[in-house]
Amino acid sequence: MAKVLMKGNEAIGAAAIQAGCKYFFGYPITPQSELPEYMARELPKVGGVFLQAESEIAAINMVYGAAGAGARVMTSSSSPGISLKQEGISYIAGAELPCLIVNIMRGGPGLGSIQPSQTDYFQATRGGGNGDYRLVVYAPANIQEMVDLIIEGFDVADQYRNPVMILGDGMIGQMMEPVEFKPPKRREIPEKDWATTGTGGKRKPNIINSLYIAAEDLEAHNIKLQAKYKKIKENEVRVESYNIEDADVVISAYGTTARIAKTAIAKLESEGYKVGLIRPITLWPYPYDEFKKINPNCKGILTVEMNTGQMVDDVKIAVEGKFPVHFYGRTGGMVPTPEAIIENVKKICGGEI
Amino acid sequence: MLKDKRIRIVIGHYGSGKSEFSVNYAVKLAEMGRKVALADLDIVNMYFRSREKAKEMEELGVKVIASHINTPAVEVPSIAAEVYAPLQDNSYDFVIDVGGDQVGARALGRYVDYFKDGEYDMFFVLNANRPETQSVDKVLEYMIKIQDVSRARISGIVNNTHLLKATSVEDILRGQKLALEVQDKTGIPLRYISVLEDLIPDLPKDLEGEILPIKLFLRDEWML
Repeated sequence: MAKVLMKGNEAIGAAAIQAGCKYFFGYPITPQSELPEYMARELPKVGGVFLQAESEIAAINMVYGAAGAGARVMTSSSSPGISLKQEGISYIAGAELPCLIVNIMRGGPGLGSIQPSQTDYFQATRGGGNGDYRLVVYAPANIQEMVDLIIEGFDVADQYRNPVMILGDGMIGQMMEPVEFKPPKRREIPEKDWATTGTGGKRKPNIINSLYIAAEDLEAHNIKLQAKYKKIKENEVRVESYNIEDADVVISAYGTTARIAKTAIAKLESEGYKVGLIRPITLWPYPYDEFKKINPNCKGILTVEMNTGQMVDDVKIAVEGKFPVHFYGRTGGMVPTPEAIIENVKKICGGEI
Repeated sequence: MLKDKRIRIVIGHYGSGKSEFSVNYAVKLAEMGRKVALADLDIVNMYFRSREKAKEMEELGVKVIASHINTPAVEVPSIAAEVYAPLQDNSYDFVIDVGGDQVGARALGRYVDYFKDGEYDMFFVLNANRPETQSVDKVLEYMIKIQDVSRARISGIVNNTHLLKATSVEDILRGQKLALEVQDKTGIPLRYISVLEDLIPDLPKDLEGEILPIKLFLRDEWML
């Protein structure tokens, strides 16, 4: 298929349908409302169902139900709406159900603003809901990558029986870019023999549940979950990096912000500065090991985010105290400029910070 | 361009490039010495609206009218009463940048009395690289839907076929073919081809329609 021009939110819908997603439950919120709008128009054409729930809480529980019955299902929202979904997400993770959750982040806390932000990094990677659970979290930096990760993300969810989150910001949801749809790499996807599809009188009923009365049973369940997360950490880390082996400064950024960082790096390069980039594509599992490749004489790491410093904690864990870790961010819906990033890099090079 | 009617309404499918066309068209008119106003009537979309570049446009001599709430990100479908001024004041060349699809065109309703035959142009912006407007039938469907809601008549087609900074001459020519097919079917002339400045030398010389050189006002340098 030739390249077409799509808005991020539309492309998410198109990618999900391409991946065989048949069910979308959600509730509109800016800046992702084009996605439910797209699904309302397109899902019925492929025999699927779009349902606007009465609330985000209802929507995520519909996802819980559909996923339990073995369907390819998704929901989406933006920051405050994702907060409302947290209880359901925790239940889904506890019950080990595959689904895709899209968060097109806006400024916070609270209702915040409708402008782009990355303020839900903690919520996405540390668990906004209760319990020891993890989501696989992808942070695409352009619409093509977002499409590819959504198509693969459904398979990842099925493979590990785990919810997958696509974490984008308002900018990537609203931006238009050229995109094409390609099949993902093949994965071993186990049969959904756990789904509640009716026994046909041939087997015992499957039960979807996250409640364990006996402490021993719940502990065993948690140990099993942790073993699964360990496997995901071993197999699913995704990162883009360049110039880090001989860099004087390494920038770490994800999503839209990483693109601005790339523009800054190209300009700095033309002025003779040696600046590398580590761009986590999975925010969980986090690419800690990539930081071990950094030039031992590097003067410092600059983390750039559209928040007040959240991923910076993971960067500090990753560098194990070997390099000073600096932070530059804008918040409230403000987007960092390449110039501001350049200025911060120069300060690190000049020993000013 | 100077022969176009004083009031130019710019409509089209969502994401077809109406705002970028409107801004470039208005700036070009101002460069030609006209007194120009641009109204951003987009009450559908909250990002990438022409009002975001009001300051740049004002510096280039274009008066910009949008919401009376002077915050770009306010989700209130409010349009400033000031829109009436260039509608009534004949000394203005007026460009009206309308929101996408028939939903966006609804904002035109209250000005319908000013859209008298022969006194306005209404341009339909077409991007053949948008998945929803790749065939004649689909384009016609959008033209009819939007025109019906606008209660005005489309008088020109704009071939705005692009892939942003990755646009090739082939993209433009594919869009040109589609726009000409729409012209044949409807009798509505292909009036403009909007083209990124650096692609213009590579275009065939005898293309139908006037070439409007485009500078990407609404895209930051780090965007594709």
